[in-house]
Amino acid sequence: MTFIGFLQLALFVALLTALTRPLGAYLGRVLDGGATPLDRLLRPLERLIYRSAAIDPAREQSWPEYASALLALSLVTLLFTYALLRLQDVLPLNPSPDALGTPLTPDLAFNTAASFTTNTNWQSYSGEDTMSYLSQMVALSLHNFLSAAAGIAVAAALVRGITRDRSRGIGNFWVDVVRITLYLLLPLSLPYALFLVSQGTIQSFGEYVTAAPLEGHGAAATQLIPRGPMASQVAIKMLGTNGGGFTGANAAFPFENPSPLTNFVQMLSIFAISSGLIHYFGCTARARAHAWTLWAVCLVLFLAGATALWWAEAAGNPQFHALGVDPADGNLEGKEVRFGVFSSALFATLTTDASCGAVNAMHDSLTPLGGLVALFNIQAGGVIFGGVGVGLYGLLLFVILAIFIAGLMVGRTPEYLGKKIEAFDVKMATLAILVTAFGILGFSGWAAASTWGTSQLGNAGPHGLTEILYAFSSAVGNNGSAFAGLRTSTPWWNLTLGLAMLFGRFFVIVPVLALAGSLAGKKRVPSGAGTFPTAGLTFGILLAGVIIIVGALTFVPALVLGPAEEHFLMHAGRQF
Amino acid sequence: MRARSQSLFDRRLVVPALRESLRKLNPRHLVRSPVMFVTEVGACVAIADVARESLAGGAVGFGAQVALWLAFTVLFSNFAEALAEGRGKAQADALRKARTKAFANRVTADGGSERVPAESLRKGDVVVVAAGEIIPADGEVTVGAATVNEAAITGESAPVIREAGGDRSAVTGGTTVLSDRIEVRVTADPGESFMDRMIGLIEGARRQKTPNEIALGILLSGMTLIFLMAVITLRPLAMYSGVALSVTVLVALLVCLIPTTIGGLLSAIGIAGIDRMVQRNVLAMSGRAVEAAGDVDVLLLDKTGTITLGNRQATALVPAPGVEMRELADAAQLASLADETPEGRSIVVLAKQFGIRGRDIRQLPGARFVPFSARTRMSGVDLVGRAIRKGAADAVRTFVGADFPAPVQAAVDDIAASGGTPLVVAEEHRVLGVVHLKDIVKGGLPDRFARFRAMGIRTIMITGDNALTARAIADEAGVDDFLSEARPEDKLALIRREQAAGHLVAMTGDGTNDAPALAQADVGVAMNTGTQAAKEAGNMVDLDSNPTKLIEIVEIGKQLLITRGALTTFSIANDVAKYFAILPAILVGAIPEIAPLNVMRLGSSASAILSAVIFNAVIIVALIPLALRGVRFRPLGAAAILRRNLLVYGVGGLLVPFAGIKLVDLLIHDLLGLV
Repeated sequence: MTFIGFLQLALFVALLTALTRPLGAYLGRVLDGGATPLDRLLRPLERLIYRSAAIDPAREQSWPEYASALLALSLVTLLFTYALLRLQDVLPLNPSPDALGTPLTPDLAFNTAASFTTNTNWQSYSGEDTMSYLSQMVALSLHNFLSAAAGIAVAAALVRGITRDRSRGIGNFWVDVVRITLYLLLPLSLPYALFLVSQGTIQSFGEYVTAAPLEGHGAAATQLIPRGPMASQVAIKMLGTNGGGFTGANAAFPFENPSPLTNFVQMLSIFAISSGLIHYFGCTARARAHAWTLWAVCLVLFLAGATALWWAEAAGNPQFHALGVDPADGNLEGKEVRFGVFSSALFATLTTDASCGAVNAMHDSLTPLGGLVALFNIQAGGVIFGGVGVGLYGLLLFVILAIFIAGLMVGRTPEYLGKKIEAFDVKMATLAILVTAFGILGFSGWAAASTWGTSQLGNAGPHGLTEILYAFSSAVGNNGSAFAGLRTSTPWWNLTLGLAMLFGRFFVIVPVLALAGSLAGKKRVPSGAGTFPTAGLTFGILLAGVIIIVGALTFVPALVLGPAEEHFLMHAGRQF
Repeated sequence: MRARSQSLFDRRLVVPALRESLRKLNPRHLVRSPVMFVTEVGACVAIADVARESLAGGAVGFGAQVALWLAFTVLFSNFAEALAEGRGKAQADALRKARTKAFANRVTADGGSERVPAESLRKGDVVVVAAGEIIPADGEVTVGAATVNEAAITGESAPVIREAGGDRSAVTGGTTVLSDRIEVRVTADPGESFMDRMIGLIEGARRQKTPNEIALGILLSGMTLIFLMAVITLRPLAMYSGVALSVTVLVALLVCLIPTTIGGLLSAIGIAGIDRMVQRNVLAMSGRAVEAAGDVDVLLLDKTGTITLGNRQATALVPAPGVEMRELADAAQLASLADETPEGRSIVVLAKQFGIRGRDIRQLPGARFVPFSARTRMSGVDLVGRAIRKGAADAVRTFVGADFPAPVQAAVDDIAASGGTPLVVAEEHRVLGVVHLKDIVKGGLPDRFARFRAMGIRTIMITGDNALTARAIADEAGVDDFLSEARPEDKLALIRREQAAGHLVAMTGDGTNDAPALAQADVGVAMNTGTQAAKEAGNMVDLDSNPTKLIEIVEIGKQLLITRGALTTFSIANDVAKYFAILPAILVGAIPEIAPLNVMRLGSSASAILSAVIFNAVIIVALIPLALRGVRFRPLGAAAILRRNLLVYGVGGLLVPFAGIKLVDLLIHDLLGLV
């Protein structure tokens, strides 16, 4: 663990903090229909969209209407992506017909369509040898925008539910998606992509390049170097916490992530919108101190994870040290040497906290404890800042549970920002939290006991189990990063992972929207000295405790059998 | 019904409770509590597993012990519930005894009367009750007045007066008429009487889950499902890792992880909450009302009887210029000697402080008492050659036929401005001075209201006084707000206004004209001395008819919720230690390298698992007193209460099981060598 590492971590936190307020304020204007500097440019376009799609922007939707709209949009775009991927061989923009002249198999197309629709961006393929440019730009990037917008929309709907007084509506889904895409995601992505290009990220329709490698690789005297419109896709993949790389190597690939500066900016952009959303919530709910408490809890959990993962990677593997590897190098296996231990560890923490899923190092090669941290971050429910929108609504679910559990202890029916938490609300919050546990453990248990599951493992022993756990944690948690040792492009894996992703996304969103609707209809109770305090250290500790105990404790047996066991075995001299 | 502070583990309660806890093993009963139902199913599965193992000739010592303790977990929970119910039952039995078989003299259509059993009376019947008879049913006095002994329901042996018309017309079945003869119109059918409802409530026969209990139940069921999933999937995951887990071990893990502590005590806590109300002679018509009492954040308090002692009292004398204090005191006392009102008596008492002894008016020569009348608005005494009067300022001014001297007028104005009532004393044409009558605020109230403020509860005083007087008393009592010159409809409007602003309101009342407000309030406490209408409208009845008790009612409501929250937090926090006990134990056999996870250094795998199970069962018994008595309530702000309780039950919940499980392990492994 180096001084320069701590310096970078401090710089990261400082910049994230600085970004939070302005982004939160701007989000308020986007989500609550305020004026933005871009109105003159985008307002006509926005109106045109409403008119052509017959959307009445003034019409409020009840929660079932809102949920139906979201499900309809997801279903239609999922089918669209599926069709496009299946037909990519006959569609244009195929850079290298020889390599990409085939359609995706049905199971892979389903898996990929489900993956991008759910903001997971799990990739059972490598983009450079599977996807045509058209598939990347249209079939996948469409979701990078829409799934991110839908996530933010759900968070906004929940915030409205908390803040409104006796209201039937929780906003209009169509308006939310249009405004988030037009005013937030597109305007941020465009300059971001240009910045990436300036740093060396490529943006090209050119064909792949055949080159002679500097070092001869035996018989393979030539190397095929992929190209493509990468910068435009990388920008939204980070901003929208999608994480699906243009290439299989994702952010480790120099064309996607060319410099230390792009690496740092990409890391920052994973957290940016999620962090801003917490501040937006505080402003809208007139509960800034509460929101900053939530933010601080996220930050502390993030920093705890980052330092633990960094420490584990810096400590390295004693068995390598025995072979003469300098312990000062830490664990460099599977890491891009351009980034080294610290930047890889920080990236791994961020991408698992935020359910982004982009990677700049092989998570499969993390030390057992490093892998445990990554896994824990995902299993905590993707609430440590979390995916755009998803993080906020997931966090608010835990807040509601925490307030319900401990709120009784102040001697009143628990209330959250003036809304009484009653049976229906508890039911919906519990349901949403059940989904993570059921999805991850159910699918993992099934896979661990089945040939379809265990036959594709790249490694034996606890490491293999971790690969299974990680795959389903990533899928259900809509993260998308992988412990890549597992060969998941089989029909069984594609199907189960696809189902896990859909389950993890929509079985949470629907209860969250129901909760939003229920809360919106309630009377706001004024707060007083008898009201449960939702800001400050006590509440922060309580919330962190509930996230860890209720959210993640379920996975302790699995984690013990996977990474924890591997850790002890590693020190006992065994490896897998 | 009075003085029923039974010891928690009274033998007369424990023995039936033990029997009852066996009866409650019936799955149809247990299914109401999903956590305990899962535990019972788990215990059965473990027992079946032991039986299978023993038939196969395997070793069953460990399995049998685990199964036994799992069964105990359920029994302990049943015992807690039965004990809570038993306390109520004992009280209900006492009531039932009081309800002896009564006969009634029903007035027949032709005006005569017939003797019928009390059970045959129906709503609308009219009965005649004479001295020495038991009132056969709840009703309203329509003719006459009588003294009634209501000890059967209130425990108070001093008789009360019940009379036709007005706010003291309600009588309760089972009480005894001591004197006179009254006609009563029956207002309740058999089985629906006040006494019946009381017995039903205390016994918990019609106990329904409260909204908050339902919500908590959902959360606990959800957590049970999550841990069920964790344990079920552990089997394939462990199989993959080459660890074979027996059914018994998995069941043990499951039961330790699901929130059995709160799940097992939840219903006992609720019953005990209602029971605590009963012990303070308050009957809550539903558990919902008890819970709502905890949520109340506005208290409407009637001035008279709640904030002030019923009547105004003389507190000071202000002599007119040139009049000796002693002379004024003497005249004031003479004018009040025959005045039996509390005000009058207080003047006599005050005068004694100035050396004037009490005298008997009949021994004064030629004394003639002049009683207060609405026309003269004065009272006093005529002695030989002396006419002494005391009364309202303007009335006395007319009596003396001249304006008061300036200092007297100033004193009158000052007293009125301070919220008191000035009473001017005059002899013939000479003004002697002013008596200061004021409302006496009950002791300790400002302090109590300050504590309420800290808890976020606003107190509003309701009074018929004018704004000036009301403000003065409000300031002295320390209430946050007041409603002066209040009519019943103003009270109702105030409640509606507060509720519209999102507040929950509690109030007390006794008169028929209080009924609408009692019904509107979230917690309406009717006085037992009040009318039938008031009792029907409220959701609680105070048998002692003490309006100040509203404050205790709120505290009991809060205590109930706090107890529930505290045990939930404790229960969930316990899981961390149980993981550390059981997980290493079940895996270390196949994977010896994970031994460092056994942080408690428990003796053996079997001992670790059994210790966790035993701790999990015993903690329920250990917490029964807390569940039944309730967490001690401290009148602090929410932030302070949360900090405190989180420390005690959250952090305590994390740490206690580490110590507890280690202790059990030392006992059963090292000391007894059971496993």
